[in-house]
Amino acid sequence: MADPMKIRAALNGDVVEVKALMAHPMETGLRKGSDGKLVPAHYIETVKVACNGREVLSADWGPAVSKNPFLALRFKGGKAGDKVSITWTDSAGESRTDEVAIG
Amino acid sequence: MTVDRRKFLGLTGGGGVLALCAGTGLLPRLAAALTSPLAAGDTRKPFEASTLDAVIKAFGGAASQASGDIDLRAPEIAENGAVVPIEITSKLPGTKLIAIVSEKNPHALSAAFHIPEGTEAWISTRVKIAETSNVVALVQTDKGFFHAERLVKVTLGGCGG
Repeated sequence: MADPMKIRAALNGDVVEVKALMAHPMETGLRKGSDGKLVPAHYIETVKVACNGREVLSADWGPAVSKNPFLALRFKGGKAGDKVSITWTDSAGESRTDEVAIG
Repeated sequence: MTVDRRKFLGLTGGGGVLALCAGTGLLPRLAAALTSPLAAGDTRKPFEASTLDAVIKAFGGAASQASGDIDLRAPEIAENGAVVPIEITSKLPGTKLIAIVSEKNPHALSAAFHIPEGTEAWISTRVKIAETSNVVALVQTDKGFFHAERLVKVTLGGCGG
């Protein structure tokens, strides 16, 4: 099981700014390990961000997103206390969901 | 180690271009093999493309126009190509897709963000860039595809990790 994401959701006026840091190796499948063999590809393929169940962003990623990915977005229609949840699914079929209340 | 990695990247990149020129259809299979066994369906298809034009085609478009209404922020010089901060703002009305494309990467498309109504056409993330190249912010609106590009100089490649 992957480590939890670090998520922050802050309300500025009527805009909610979400910043997230995910724990993931994001292996491209092109890198050689210390044994000289290729490390198999393993990266996040989809990310979905929702606010109280309403989707506010969906992303498709390739292996070129940096290790331990950072993502920030801004959306309208959220208020303090609403739950922002982020779900990622990777190329190995693993997934993780974390949520935070808008502060 | 570094030289080996360079050669390897060069080989894979060059092979992809050759396959595309020959039109053998080897490239999609190669790319599919490089991505995941789960990779299937239309959302993964743009990631198999190796040029900006091919990415636009895979998204269902024909061509893209340069636009001054897309603000692409990226460092002029990236000391570490493995972590290059990218910030994209689109002032184009009806922006529904923002994508990051680096043509010299093994896969041109780095990430695609689908923007629903109510979400600002703004994205901030970090990507890997294999070598000095133009980074393209590709935006899809109801009126088609638009892009802005910026040269990012990479002193240490990003795809070898």
